[in-house]
Amino acid sequence: MSELSYTPNEMMTVTAARNLKNGDVCFVGIGLPSAASNLARLIHAPEVVLIYESGTIGAKPHVLPLSIGDGELAETADTVVSVPEIFRYWLQGGRVKVGFLGAAQIDRFANINTTVIGPYENPKVRLPGAGGAPEIASSAQEVWIILKQSLRTFVSKLDFMTSAGHLTGGDSREKSGARGKGPTKVITDMGILEPDPMTKELVLTHIHPGVNVEDVKKATGWELKISPDLKVTTVPTAHELEVLRILNSNTAKKHGAVVTGD
Amino acid sequence: MAKIISLKEAIHEYVKDGSVIAMEGFTHLIPFAAGHEIIRQRKKNLTLIRMTPDLIYDQMIGAGCASKLIFSWGGNPGVGSLHRFRDAVQSGWPVPLKIEEHGHADMASRYQAGASGMPFAVLRGYIGSDLPKYNSNIKSVTCPFTGEKLAATPAINPDVTVIHAQKADKKGNILIQGIIGVQKEAVLASKIAIVTVEEIVDDLNAPVNACVLPHWVVTAVCVVPGGAHPSYAHGYYERDNVFCRNWDLIGREREKFQEWIDKHIYGTADFSEFKKSIQGEL
Repeated sequence: MSELSYTPNEMMTVTAARNLKNGDVCFVGIGLPSAASNLARLIHAPEVVLIYESGTIGAKPHVLPLSIGDGELAETADTVVSVPEIFRYWLQGGRVKVGFLGAAQIDRFANINTTVIGPYENPKVRLPGAGGAPEIASSAQEVWIILKQSLRTFVSKLDFMTSAGHLTGGDSREKSGARGKGPTKVITDMGILEPDPMTKELVLTHIHPGVNVEDVKKATGWELKISPDLKVTTVPTAHELEVLRILNSNTAKKHGAVVTGD
Repeated sequence: MAKIISLKEAIHEYVKDGSVIAMEGFTHLIPFAAGHEIIRQRKKNLTLIRMTPDLIYDQMIGAGCASKLIFSWGGNPGVGSLHRFRDAVQSGWPVPLKIEEHGHADMASRYQAGASGMPFAVLRGYIGSDLPKYNSNIKSVTCPFTGEKLAATPAINPDVTVIHAQKADKKGNILIQGIIGVQKEAVLASKIAIVTVEEIVDDLNAPVNACVLPHWVVTAVCVVPGGAHPSYAHGYYERDNVFCRNWDLIGREREKFQEWIDKHIYGTADFSEFKKSIQGEL
């Protein structure tokens, strides 16, 4: 059998997509989360409900949006509500099963930074900021985070904590008053990390085919724990790759650029 | 009844140096023409409020109109950074810019509180976040019924809110369609509301439950076709992604930016001249 050729980015997106189930209500961040959730919708979860913070509920875009408020989202949505309403009734009201976020930095308890690299007052890199993430992180029933894994992104200490994951681990999140389970999956180009049920520290539970554990450890800014039951994810199928590539190419045609959220 | 006047008159009359201004439109219906007119009239020392200060505030900040920015997400959507915003924050060019940073749900709730005449907004979002450490406007309050500790942030009540909409009728009733963002709340929270529109029609033909702002909550209506460009106006024109990508190059360097502003904003009398001026340039 000849091996399919795919990029680590495609592996990451396909893996994330497979986790969404038909009928899930997903509050979608722009970029990688949006690519993965639309892929899920086009392949195995046609009834997934995609909510974007621009107020579009049940969006079914034919191409990936460049911005969170593209007209395509409104035109294909079941309904469009105001921004205050989307946060109040739909997110804070507990109607979102999965809050799906990207991040610039993540720590061992899946807290995330989307604000600055370096000190806040004098940053090395000024990132866009919080957006909807803090409220999604503290209101969705569970949170998934998708990002590329490297020493730059998987850090022992965040430069800035924008949105809560499992805080300092253990029962600290539960005690904090945040709703929902917090981050349950971190999907990267190397595998999947999930919080330990007791300590809430991220543990590598799945590794992508062809990636070795030492490389994942080297791309992590803390001593990464590996699940004794480490599983290998399944390579993307020809169908998954085809649909993802058509989606990306239609997106590029429409916007003049590929929107992968890198 | 709203006054139907030119954008030039509206900005001249209602936007004063030092005013607190909110210009809203959540990636859709961004009031770019009004932003340009504020630059053209060389307004200074403004406090600018906007959930997503994208290209519109990058231009105004680069032109030196603002001394403070209150926001929740600052980027060029799908493209990258706002270089003029970063230059002002990091190097104080052309004038220093203070920032006050919130989250989206917070900003939306602050506008709601402002529109409702309530003093503050409540939410959970900042649990564990570093944002309250750097923003003294994020405090906490204890629920008198459950004892739950919640974040509290002050209502937003701008001096002037500016939005762009599809249509007004001759009385100045406004119809907004598509992604409606936080515009209704921003208008109702403000003392003065300026609305630029694609066109004025005899009858809005608004469906029941449509987002309509009655003329008596609107101060001035200005007809500016294309006034949301390079953002889009649902039912009228699409987002100009090429412009947004090219802005990354224009905004990246001070000189290039200055040249662009001189030629296309200061060098034009109004938005229709601006549109001609950038034709073929981008």
